[in-house]
Order: sequence, then C-alpha cells, then structure tokens
Amino acid sequence: MTDPLVEVEDLEKYYYEDDSLLDRITGREPTSVKAVDGVSFTVERGETLGLVGESGCGKSTTGETLLRLREATGGSVSFDGEDVFAMDGEDLVDFRQRAGIVFQDPFSSLDPRMTAREIIAEPLAVHDVGTAADRRSRAAELMERVGLSSAQLDRYPNEFSGGQRQRIGIARALALEPDFVVCDEPVSALDVSVQAQILNLLDDLQSEFDLTYLFIAHDLSVVRHITDRVAVMYLGEVVETGPTDDIFEDPGHPYTEALLESVPRADASEHGRRVDALPGDVPSPRDPPAGCRFHTRCPYAREACRETDPQPVAESDSAGDEQRRIACFRTDADHDYWASEPLEHARAEPMADDD
Amino acid sequence: MAANSGRDLLRVEDVSTRFFTEEGQINAVEEVSFTVREGEVFGIVGESGSGKSVTALSLVDLVESPGRVTDGEIWFRNADLAEAVRDDHPGAVDGEFVDLRQMPDGVRRSLRGPSFSMIFQDPMSSFNPSVTVGEQIAEAVEVQRRASANPRSTRSRSQGYGLGRLLLDTVVPTRSYVSRESRERAVDLLDQVGIPDPAERADEYPHQFSGGMLQRAMVAQALAGEPDVLIADEPTTALDVTIQAQILNLLDDLQAETGMSIVLITHNLGVIARMCDRVSVMYAGEIVERGSLDALFENPAHPYTQGLLGSIPDLEDPAARLQPIEGSVPDLVDAEMDDRCYFADRCPKAMTECLDKPPEFPVDGDDEHAAKCVLADHDYVESEALDDDYFASPLEGMGDTVEGEADD
Repeated sequence: MTDPLVEVEDLEKYYYEDDSLLDRITGREPTSVKAVDGVSFTVERGETLGLVGESGCGKSTTGETLLRLREATGGSVSFDGEDVFAMDGEDLVDFRQRAGIVFQDPFSSLDPRMTAREIIAEPLAVHDVGTAADRRSRAAELMERVGLSSAQLDRYPNEFSGGQRQRIGIARALALEPDFVVCDEPVSALDVSVQAQILNLLDDLQSEFDLTYLFIAHDLSVVRHITDRVAVMYLGEVVETGPTDDIFEDPGHPYTEALLESVPRADASEHGRRVDALPGDVPSPRDPPAGCRFHTRCPYAREACRETDPQPVAESDSAGDEQRRIACFRTDADHDYWASEPLEHARAEPMADDD
Repeated sequence: MAANSGRDLLRVEDVSTRFFTEEGQINAVEEVSFTVREGEVFGIVGESGSGKSVTALSLVDLVESPGRVTDGEIWFRNADLAEAVRDDHPGAVDGEFVDLRQMPDGVRRSLRGPSFSMIFQDPMSSFNPSVTVGEQIAEAVEVQRRASANPRSTRSRSQGYGLGRLLLDTVVPTRSYVSRESRERAVDLLDQVGIPDPAERADEYPHQFSGGMLQRAMVAQALAGEPDVLIADEPTTALDVTIQAQILNLLDDLQAETGMSIVLITHNLGVIARMCDRVSVMYAGEIVERGSLDALFENPAHPYTQGLLGSIPDLEDPAARLQPIEGSVPDLVDAEMDDRCYFADRCPKAMTECLDKPPEFPVDGDDEHAAKCVLADHDYVESEALDDDYFASPLEGMGDTVEGEADD
C-alpha cells in the first residue's frame, strides 16, 4: 500500500571533539556530539513529511545528511530503492538532480555577486543541461512560476526583499525538476504575511510538479498547515511519527503534548491561558541523559525512564498499515513503567491502573 | 477578559521618530499615540520594519544617531517628579504628569531604571561576554542604589567610572564599583526569575547560560530598579516554544507580584493574545488599529489587521488555503512615501479616497477601538475601487506579485 520515495533507517551523524592529531598522540578519547542518533522514517511519494523540533534537536542535520550534503556516520538512506550512501559517479549526479533543497535564510543562501538569472541557472549549468540560451529561458520561466517578474532577472539578491529572495531560492531548487525537495525552515525568516505567500506557493508547486517534500520547521502551526505526516524530534531522536491530524489532535508522546501546549494561539480566548511549561532546558547533546532522553523534563517521568531508552512502538490501523510510532513506555499498558516510582520533578498524576 | 481599568501611567501623543540617512529621511515612527495604564500589559504588534522597536526606544530616549525623536509628547505620571520640576518647567507639567520630551537629558536618564526598564530580543548579544552574569546584574543594582541616594543627579551614579577611578583600579584591581550588598541583591534577583542555584550561576559567564536562562537573567537585570514600566522588545522571539512558555509565565508572575505595566512588543499574534490587555497594530510607522484584545481579534476593522490574522495558519483547524497579504512592507524613505494610506498598495479594498491619508475612526462607536481606515467609517464602495495595477510602477517591474498577475 505504501510507496516510499525516501527511506531513512537508523541514520546517525556524530561530530567528534578532541579528535585532532595532538589529541590522538596524547591518547585523549574523542568525545562525540550525537547530533542525529538513530533516526528512522519514510517519506511517501507525493506527500509532505514534517520534521519538527526545537533548535539543536538535529532536524536540519538530518535533512542535510540524508541528501549527502554531510557524510553520515551510520545508518542508511534509500532513495527510490537505491542506497544513497553507496552511490557514486553517474548515480550520484542523477540523485543530485532528483533531490533539491531550499534553505532557511534567504539572505545568506544566495550569492550576493550573482544575479537572479545566474543563481537560478547555476544548477542547470553544473549538470550541463541544455544550451546557454535554453538555460536563460528556463530561468525566466522559473522566475515567473515562483511569482516574480522575468524583468527582474538581472538584479542582484540585495535588490530583493526577504520573501522575493526565498522565491528565488525555491526557483533554484526547482531548476532541475527534482522529485524530492528538502525545505529547511523555508519560512522562519519571513514575516507572517509573506510567510503565508510562500506556503501557498510551495503548496501550488507541489501539486503542479508532483513534488515530495521533507519540510523541516519549528513552527507548529505552519507544520500543521502544510504537512501530511509529522516526525517529532528531540535531542537527535525521533520520538513520534504519524499523520499530522492525528498527532495534533491526540499527541502520543509527552514531548509532543508539551510542544503543542506551549504554542500561543492567535485567538482572543488565548488570553491569560496558563501553560504548564516544561521545566528546564534541552540537555546538551554532548552528554545526553541516559534512558529516555526526555526524562529530565518529562512531567510523567518515572524511574523506568531513567534506566532504559524506550524503543519506538508502531501502531497500525485496521488495514495493517503503520500509522504511528511512539517512543514512550506509556503506550504500553503492561510496561514496568507503571510500577516504578515517579521522578522528583514529575507532576503527581492520578492513575487508575497504577498498581 | 475586560481591559484593565487602571489609571493612565503613560500618555504618548503624536510621537514621530526619523532617521536621517544617506539614502534620505526615513520616517520610522509617524505620529504615534497611545496610552499605557497602570498594571496592564500593552501590546504593540507589527511586522519587521513597522517601527515597533523604534517606538519603544523613543519612549526611553534611546534612539541613536542618525535617528531622532522629532516630534510629540510623552506624558508620564510621576507625582514626585512633577513636583520637583514644576518650577523650572511649568509647561511640562500637567497635574501628576510630566512631559518627558521637555525634560533635560539628565532627568530622562535618571528615570531609566526606577521608572522605565527594557529587555531586548537577543539575550546572547545583550550581555557583555567577558563579565559574569552576576556582576552585570549587580552593576545595574549598584547604579540604582547610588541613584536613589541622589535621585535627580546622574553624577552620583557614574561616580567611580571617571579617569581617576580607572587609574586607581589599574593599580589596585580589587577595588570595585559594585558593593557586596548589590551582589547579594543580584543573587536574589536571579532567584526571583527562577534560575536554579542562583549563587553559583551568578559567577558564570553569559556563554555558560542557555538562551532561556540568559533571557531570565536579562529580566532580572531589568528588575534591578523596580521599574514602573517594563518594555519588552520581542522578549521570546529568539527562544524555542517550550522556553517561550516559561518566559511568558515568568513575565506574568512578575507583573502580578510587582504591579508594573508591561509594554510588550512582538510580531507574534499568539504571544499578544496570551499576554496583552490592549493592543496596537503598527504598519509602516503608524498605529493603524488599536483596541482591547477582544475587539481586535474578534472584530478587526483595518484590512491589515484582518490580513495579519488571515495569514496565520491555525493550529487547531488547518484551513485549506491561507489568505496572505500580497506584496511586501514598504521601506519608509520619506521621498517615496506619498501622502496616502500606506497600506493602500497592498489593500484588497483600496478606494480613491485612500489616496488621502485617512484619520482615525472609532469602530462601532467604541472609544477604545479605533482604526486608521475609511472602512471603519463607512462601507466599501466597489465603484470607487482603485485599479489593480494602480500602484505598479512601470520602471520597477512588479514586486511580490501573485501567480497569475505576473504575466505582464
């Protein structure tokens, strides 16, 4: 039933510190920063998968690693049935054509010394597509398609506003007619009124060109609006995946629940709403907590959470298709978790089946 | 919730701030008027470049060159100050109110801390990276302590920062400006804003703090002078949502504790909705609509406010399509601003009369709720509508155009 375009399996990206030659000679152990630590998800053909999390949770690194813009330290990614990390030569060039990326910051992701035309046509030139004249007309076509005027093609990035620059970034990503686009926080640097324009544009382009998106964002209302399914990340791990509507209506993981609870709604009824804010900060990925990584902030944490790391448990619908994966002991009614002691910071919760 | 019915604490009348740059005069804030009441949270919302931060800086007279507050009055209720300056500046006193714009620099400076205090958007760049957090807060406390000994003098607080002092410190480095009491008070303040182990954290440097913790520390610093008005300029924009929730809770608690007024400046309508009693919406340097929270969110009169609200994806109900405002915010160079409604070029309901600057109209006869838009006064007349391409200048090409309109 499912038709995945991208399958990510146990993806790992560790950075090492104290790893210089001198450190090795003096015998110092390298310390690792586990930016992405065993992330698995699939992106179905034609869907938009949201990757959500707070800053530093590894969502952008995941996006860049699965495109091979960074070398992974473990795991595998398959794109349309082929192993991305094993590709070389022609295959890799082909993959680069079929998978594009739109970056977060429209100010630093465009070369200030290239005109809009050069920026948009550069991928075509790199992949040697068409003649110079073809590339020029293709750039003009893309420019119009993303809602800019082709009369502006010879302008430099500094002559465009933030929203217009992001449109150029999108045009560049579309130049090679990719199947798959990673959108790394494409609207977070924009004002709300412009953000809505870009979201509508991405929506239109998806249906027009049959695109598959991996949409990385921290803004939950944007994610709710544009994605079909969501993967929620915390400290380098995916804690919950599932259809967007299900997750937003009935979050399964305590972290997802807390995230949703924290977002201030733009509505008069929001006034004075008191949020049970999560205590503390996100722990450092240099030294992530043992057991469940969320246990230091989780309002439901118990001793069991400190000892073992919960594995994602899949829930399937009646047709046997996997719907959700939640990495929390609370999904298992028979787990030892229920018998263990609540941790000190956890909220007292009345639990009927707490025996 | 009904708007707080406290007395007026601050009356801002027709304040304009301009920047005189090489490209020309920038009208960052244009005849802005509002009042802030005792014990309320007053919100200013707008997109980047709308002039909301400059408005805040204008209140506390922190606009830097080439900018200048060129016009307007800022009336602040302070009975003691009114008494003290009545003789020297009779024109600047109205009952318990004092017009801060007519006060000499020294007096205005003496109000920063005990009367006005400010927290900024980016905690990482607002602290000195080479001085411990505790020391920086203690310094703010010390300044206030010295000032309260001699309220109207700026000299007393800067004493110890002179040349002689500098030389002395070089020779005897242990002598310090900050007293032990101020350090203790700094630790208390850190505790008050919810920093765990405040005594130990006080000796750490800003880079050892997380963004949320540093924002708390900045709030602590702002509280050093026990201000009447706390101006919070995008206090949670640099923070993640779970940390944002913590900081909003903190501001809420502190306000309840101290009874101060908060001027909250943000682009996030959700933050506005959670915190504010009354709200002003800014666009292109002007307040285009003001009113109570309910009035503004339930019954927005200005097309810009409506557009802002329509641009936000709803967390509870994902609508099929967002209704963005087309185009982008104008830059505010004086020479390029016609004397018209600044929003007319993006407004779906622009009419010929919008080519004249609209005055402020009350909405539905409500004194509190007003909008700078003719639609608040009478209905849209289709026959008066401006052509779609009225504002498109032939030389400029098109701005951010909609799909379908780009085929010129």
